[in-house]
This record gives sequence, structure tokens and C-alpha cells, in this order.
Amino acid sequence: MTEPKKLKVATCSLAGCFGCHMSLLDIDEKLFELVKVVEFDRSPITDIKHCGPCDIGIVEGGVCNAENVHVLKEFRKNCRILVAMGACAINGGIPAMRNNVDLWDCFQEVYHYGIGLENGQIPNDPELPLPFDKVHPINEVVRIDYFLPGCPPPADAIWKFLTDLAAGREPKLDYEMLHYD
Amino acid sequence: MLDGKTIPFEEGETIMEAAAAAGVYIPHLCHHPEFKPHGSCKLCTVSIGGRLGAACTNQAAEGVKVESETAALNADRLALTQMLFVEGNHVCPSCEKSGNCQLQAVAYHLGMLTPHFTHFYPARDVDASHPDVLLERNRCILCELCVRASRDVDGKNIFGIGGRGIKARLIVNSASGRLADTNLSVRDRAAEVCPTGAIILKRHGFTVPIGRRLYDHHDIAEVPVAGLKEPMRD
Amino acid sequence: MSDHDVCDLPGIVARWHHDPANLVQILRDVQESCGTIPSDTLDQLAKLLNVPRVRIEATASFYSFFHAESHGAYEILFSDNVIDQMAGKAELKQYLCERLWLEPRKLSEDGLVYVDDTADIGLADQAPAMLVNGFAVPALDKARLDLVAELIRVRKPLAEWPPMLFEIPDNIRQPGPLTGEAFAPGAALKATLSRGTDATLAEIDSANLRGRGGAGFKTATKWASCRKAEGEAHYVVCNADEGEPGTFKDRVLLNSHADLVFEGMTVCARVIGARQGLLYLRGEYRNLLEKLESVLATRREKGLLGRNILGYVDADGDFDFDIEIHLGAGAYICGEESALIESLEGKPGKPRNRPPFPDRCGYRNQPTVVNNVETFACAAKIAERGGAWFAAMGTPQSAGSKLISVSGDCQRPGIYEYSFGVTVRQILIDCGAEDAHAVQVSGPSGTCISFREFDRRIAFEDLATAGAFMVFSRERDMFEVARNFTHFFAHESCGFCTPCRVGTSLLRNTMDKLAAGKGSAYDMNEMKNIMHILRGMAHCGLGHTAANPVVQTMEKFPEAYERRLKRLDFEPAFDLDGALQTARLITGRDDEWAHLADE
Repeated sequence: MTEPKKLKVATCSLAGCFGCHMSLLDIDEKLFELVKVVEFDRSPITDIKHCGPCDIGIVEGGVCNAENVHVLKEFRKNCRILVAMGACAINGGIPAMRNNVDLWDCFQEVYHYGIGLENGQIPNDPELPLPFDKVHPINEVVRIDYFLPGCPPPADAIWKFLTDLAAGREPKLDYEMLHYD
Repeated sequence: MLDGKTIPFEEGETIMEAAAAAGVYIPHLCHHPEFKPHGSCKLCTVSIGGRLGAACTNQAAEGVKVESETAALNADRLALTQMLFVEGNHVCPSCEKSGNCQLQAVAYHLGMLTPHFTHFYPARDVDASHPDVLLERNRCILCELCVRASRDVDGKNIFGIGGRGIKARLIVNSASGRLADTNLSVRDRAAEVCPTGAIILKRHGFTVPIGRRLYDHHDIAEVPVAGLKEPMRD
Repeated sequence: MSDHDVCDLPGIVARWHHDPANLVQILRDVQESCGTIPSDTLDQLAKLLNVPRVRIEATASFYSFFHAESHGAYEILFSDNVIDQMAGKAELKQYLCERLWLEPRKLSEDGLVYVDDTADIGLADQAPAMLVNGFAVPALDKARLDLVAELIRVRKPLAEWPPMLFEIPDNIRQPGPLTGEAFAPGAALKATLSRGTDATLAEIDSANLRGRGGAGFKTATKWASCRKAEGEAHYVVCNADEGEPGTFKDRVLLNSHADLVFEGMTVCARVIGARQGLLYLRGEYRNLLEKLESVLATRREKGLLGRNILGYVDADGDFDFDIEIHLGAGAYICGEESALIESLEGKPGKPRNRPPFPDRCGYRNQPTVVNNVETFACAAKIAERGGAWFAAMGTPQSAGSKLISVSGDCQRPGIYEYSFGVTVRQILIDCGAEDAHAVQVSGPSGTCISFREFDRRIAFEDLATAGAFMVFSRERDMFEVARNFTHFFAHESCGFCTPCRVGTSLLRNTMDKLAAGKGSAYDMNEMKNIMHILRGMAHCGLGHTAANPVVQTMEKFPEAYERRLKRLDFEPAFDLDGALQTARLITGRDDEWAHLADE
């Protein structure tokens, strides 16, 4: 008997705080069960920089700059199922609270007037991702198949969601697992 | 007849009132049993003998078949809830009302996983001028409960709706436009009737920690009446 | 320099009897005499009227024609219906702005003039048209705008502008019983008084008169129900808030047949026992006000209005009835009868929860008949000539004649009065529209029909209409027609209910996305979902019908949409590269990584 083929999963964090990834790690010992059925491709967990064809892509964080778009499009291109994980990916979350602050004011605060700055200058290095006017949820940039809310989603919710998906079931969260905060 | 069950009603009662008296929950946000029906959020839309209408403004009538808990109606209610989410700036993780918020609770009840529609991210003012009450317009859903409470209960007319269409906004009764320059009191009904975090009492935001709040553990269908601290059944 | 007087607030408030119910009229007078309604005026009005400031601000901020900031001595608003656009409105507006050295929506640097758009102003047969300080100027071209620019440059007060700028011909192309026959003021009233109220109601009933506003409710049923309803007073309200883009027949009736309309109202008053009538005239028809007031004055002199009409006394007492004219202030929603009543009561025009309907609980919560201008004109003719005469015209379900406001791609735009049952094809022949490809019947909230359906008939049983008939030739892009209408509805949504407040804006934004060439099949599907929500859940007719133009053009002119779809699958909701522009400017970057190329 051969081992059942493992599901390939990629994850990334865009304009997020990695809290969702911490919550993923928070499934604790179930991680061992998870890696029996799942193989990680591109992910902060593996440090693989670009993803190949995957079954599931999990995206934390919203889209706040040009680089986020490149990453997101790579995920969409390579992942059969794309999942928005957490508040930021789903509605912009905390980073989107800057959406009504003028971008110029943001730059000024960071590079000119920030505490401890002297002769601050706004950088023009092409290596720095260029920010958008506003932060957007990822479903405003690519098509998303599933949404897993929470800030972060509880570890149990992530576990339930992934095991449902892995088993080919339509993911369903119990009331206690559905949270936006 | 509501969803196949015969429900008693008194002459002049609305479908919402008759349903509530019989312990049947119909999703709603702008309705509150203590105030005059408003009929604006449209979440309580039911099929009344085949015609769609708001349960909070249509009177119950003998022999009329009313349908509420159908997949189609709940899908439409979900879409309305999503519209309310994208219309404002609802950042639950940063909101003091999270867990006690009826907008959030209705979304939980309807199983909302995403606000779905394209966000408006409107620019709205926060008014922290009042010593005891915060007015956070980003979270306002224009249900006018504060308008009704201030006018009909407090007798003060502190709140109103200005503008039109998508630009409609909550306004207050002062020349400066500041809440501090109105005679709003922390004891006013209008100060605590808000179903979301748009009008909240200062210094009470975290007396109950996140995770131990009403809707963290109870579906709003079990505690549909705003202000009830304990679930009706558990 | 200013064309505006110093504002006499106490005088204005006194003229409107210190009654907060007249707030919209008070604000109109303030706006007209001062040019703005500044914030401190709201405070003064609150004191003078003894109502909370927040209620005054709610009303003042609801209507398009009220504004707190100055629009200078000359406020110019271009009518922005698709018919105006087809007639070159955009180029003419730009031309005028260049002549005046200003940008739209920005007060000129000398504080003299302001230029913006407004919803259709009821001159589609004389498009493009505009309002100058609320007064309509039709048939714009460069020569007329040169003159306007010169008058503004020399700061000539509006009252001294050449009258020919404001001349608005009726353009009655095909007259009928309402528009072509002479009417002796008083004839219908005399017949009513000698026949008696029961018999008059019976004539209206046997005439099978149905409401001309589009919905087609039976007039006799409405009158009978209102008459039976108990109240402290009964009211007659004439809905002259003709805001449906492409409609202008009420303007013509009021301009040339006002006696017929007022007499219909008076007949109704007699039947239902009303002593007070109100004509709610849309603000865009401000130029008709003085003329209408003088018709009312003449009728009072002749004993056709006021106390003891025609000297009549019977067991029920004297026949006293008078009519007051209220002006709207730029809100399409006030054409909805309960929103109109709210507006008459000085509030924002938001439709009420119904039932109860106005026949039981209307103006000041009293039994009220609200009918369209044309309905009252018909009622007067029926009272004069009898129900059988009227019922003999038209079809069994749609008796009488109907005024059609024809505009767009045709040689003879204007008013056509037909017996009900006329085919679209016949109207197109009569107005000279050989190249017609589509017709928008009854305005944006009505029905869009394609060339395949030109044998359909104008009648309640087929194409019900309030009167608009906008013709589009083969060259017109029906997607752009629908897009114009989605902008209209988003602008005019009152904002009361969730589905309409949010849904109309979502729809508009999605149409704009398609127009920018960024649409996908996903967006088409999204629009269908929003339409479904609007139709089922919205509070009133505006929301129910707001998606009609998109639904119908999608169905009848799918190619107009398909060629705009960039991809079949999905396109971002916003312009990715455009959203980087601000940051590019701030950082001075223009490298490869500072752009997001379209794929």
C-alpha cells in the first residue's frame, strides 16, 4: 500500500502581523498530524521563496503595496484553492485603518517627523515595495475561494478548516469558532 | 402561519412582535421592541403571502403565510449585512464593542465569512469631544435607534441623519457639530441604545474582556433583545 | 456684485406662517435670496421656528439645491441626462468653463460663478439645457453660451438677461383632448356642482381613469377611499415633481393648461371634501412659479377658488378650497408620493412605511389624495364631458389619452398626445425616428425596448409609462445609456434603506469599472446579485427599479457589455497601477517595481 499523496500547501503573510501564522502554529501537537497529510511549499515555515503548483494557498494579510500584488498573483497562479486567512486578508483589518490618512502624511510621519529622526528623507530605493493609496482585502485583487475570519482565527478553527478541506469536505465552522476579533 | 407554525398575535401587532412573543427570531438591526418600527435595515424582510416585506413594519394578519427561515431569504440577509460592512469601516479587532455588537452578531448568525462586496472605505469623523460618550461614525449603520431614543424617550433630539444616499451620515444637534456641545447625558437612552460601536460609553470598553462577551458564546437568536445581559435560554 | 439680496429671515419665516412644516419652502426662499444657507442660518431658523437645529440640518443637507458654501452670484447647473450628453452637453460645459476661466465644481476665483451638473431638468426635447440660479435655459449652443458668458462677465443681474434665453416652447407636435382642445375655466366645476359629488365620482369611475404617474392605480378608488376616511381635514395634493429623466409633459400642461390641472384638483376637493390643496412643483420648474400663481389669482377672482366657490352653498356648507404651491429642491425621490408628503411637511424626502397609504394617512397625517398633474387634467375633462366620452378612447384596460414626452434621436422631439394603445412604431414614425434602435419608455425606472419590440403598445397592460420616450439610434451605445442611469439612481437614492443606499452605489461603481475596460464575467454576475437584492428588499420603487436599465440592456444588448469585458474570469476591484501613483509622486520613483503592468 502506498502512502496517500500529501496535499501541497503554501502560506504567506502580506500586510498582516504574522498573528495568523502564529495561530496556525498554535494547533500544537496536531502539527504532527498535519504534516502527515500536508507538505509545505512556499511559506515562512519553510523559508521557500517562491511557490510551485500547490493544492492550497493560505494568505494572511491584506494588500498594501506592489510587492503584495506580485506575491498574491503568484499564489493565485499556482494554488488550486486560495484561502484568505484572518481579518486583514478579508477586509483590510488594522492596516486598513490608515485608509483615511493621506499617504503623504503617512510618509511624513514615518520619514520626516518620527521620533528620533534627524534630516529624514523619503527613500526612493526600488527594492522598497511601493505602497498603495489604500490597503485592500485580497479578494479585491484576485479571486478567492475560501475565507477564514478571525484576528487571528482560533487554532481550532484553522485545524477544522484545513482538515475539512483535506478531506474534501466543504469547510464549516461552529459558532464558537467564527470570530472577527 | 410563520414558517409552517401557527403563531398567535394580537390585533395591530407586527409580524416581528408576534414572532418575538412566540420566541421566534427574525434577524434585524434597526428594530428594537421599545421603539417605533423603522423598517430601514431590511434584514427582517420576510415573504408575506408571497410578497416580500419587512417583518417590523408589516402587521400580522390571520391566515397569511409568512416565511422567514428560508435559504433564499437568509442569503439575501447575508448580502444586506455584507453591504453594511463594506459601507462603513468596521474593524472588529480594534472595536470596543466587539463581542457585544449586534451587527457582528447578526453576521455570525448568518455565517458571514467575508464582507464580499468592494469596500467603500469612506472618510468619516470620529467625535471624542464629549467627556463620557464617544461617537465613532465609522461604525454607524444608520439604524436611527439613537435618533428615536433621543427624540422619543429622552426628549432631546440630539441625533439626526444628514445628507442623502450613500453620503447619509449621523449628525448631532449643535452648531459646532460636536457631541460635547449638545446636552447629551451619559444617562440618556440614546447613549446606550446603539447596536454597534458607533456610540459607546467611555471607560467601559473593556470591563468585560474580549472572548467573554455576549455574542462570543451565544447566537443572537438566543438573545435577540438588545440590552439583555443574560441569554434567554442556554 | 451679488445677484442675491440680504437675507430677511424673519420675513421669510413669517411668510410661511412660522410653520416648521413649511421648512423646505423656507429654506428655498433663503437659498434663493441669499445664494447659500450658511450654518448660522440653521441656528437662527431653529430659534425662529422653535425646532431642534438637527432637524433643520437634516432637511437642509438632503436636497441637492441647498448648500452651505457660496456658489457665487451665478450658479450654473447643466442637465446631465443621457439625452443632454448625446446633444453635446460635455463639450458645451467645457466650452463655458473655458470662456469663464474656471473649473467645474469650484467657485471661480473672483467668487462670481459656479458650474456643475444636475439631474435631468425636464427639457429633454430642448437638450442640452441648464439652470442659471434655478431658472431654465434650454437649447444650448456655443452662441447662447457666449451670450451667457458675456452677461456674467459684465455682472448683469439675472432679471435683466434677455428673455429669449429663458423662452421654452411647448413643442406640442400631436395635440389631443388635453393639449388641443379649448377649456373654459369653471366648466368642469359647474358640471360637478350640478351633477353632485356622488355622480361625479361615478363618472370618474366609469371613465376608468388610472393614475398617469405610471403606476396606474384607479383614480376613483383612491378618491372614494380618501373621501370615506375620517380625519380632521382632507387634502388634495398634485404631484408635479416630474423628475423622471426624459419626462416633460407636466411642464407643458402647467405652462399652457394650468387651469385644467387646478380645476381637476378643485373637482377632487369637492368630491373628497377638502379645503386645502397643494401643488408640489419640482424645483427645476421654478420658472413656472409666477405664471402659476397668476393663474391661481385669476381663478380666485373668478370665484373658482377661495371661499364660497361659484357661490355654492348646500347642506354640507360652503364650498371653500384653495391651492398653495410648494417647490421642490432637487430630489427625484420626492416624486414618490409619501416622500413628497414628507417634503411638504418640511422633512427630508424619504418614503414612509406603507400601509397606511396617503388616502388614509397623508399630509399632516390626514386623508390625502395624491395624483399626477395629468391625472387631474383628465379628471377635469371627465367632470366636464362625462366618463363615457373618456372611456371611449384608448383600450378597455387603459382608457383615455396619454401624453408622451419624446426626446433623443428623432427629428421632432416634443409632446405627443395619443389614445392609449398606440404602438411604439407609430410614435417613432410620427416623431421622425427612422433609425431608432432602442427606446427607453417611462425613463430609467421604466422599460428599455429594442428594435425587435417596436410593435408593443403604450398601455397599462403592455408598456405602462409616466410619459418619457427617449429614442436611441443605431450609433448609440446602450451600455453608456444604462451607465448614465445607474449614476442617476445612486445620486438620487434617499439613503433610508440598506439595499438601495449601498446597492445603487455598488452598481454605479461596477458600471464605471466596466466602462474603464476593467470588467470581467465576475462583475456581470455581481451586478445580477445586486439587482436581485434591490428588487426584492428595497424600501420603495426607486430601489426596486434602480437596476432595471442594467438588467434590460444586459438582456437586450449583450454585445454592449461583452466587448467591455476584459477577462472572463476576474479583474481587480481597483486600478492597481493607478493606486500607486500617489506614492510614485511622493518618492519620485518611476522604476519597474514602481508599476504594476496590466496583464
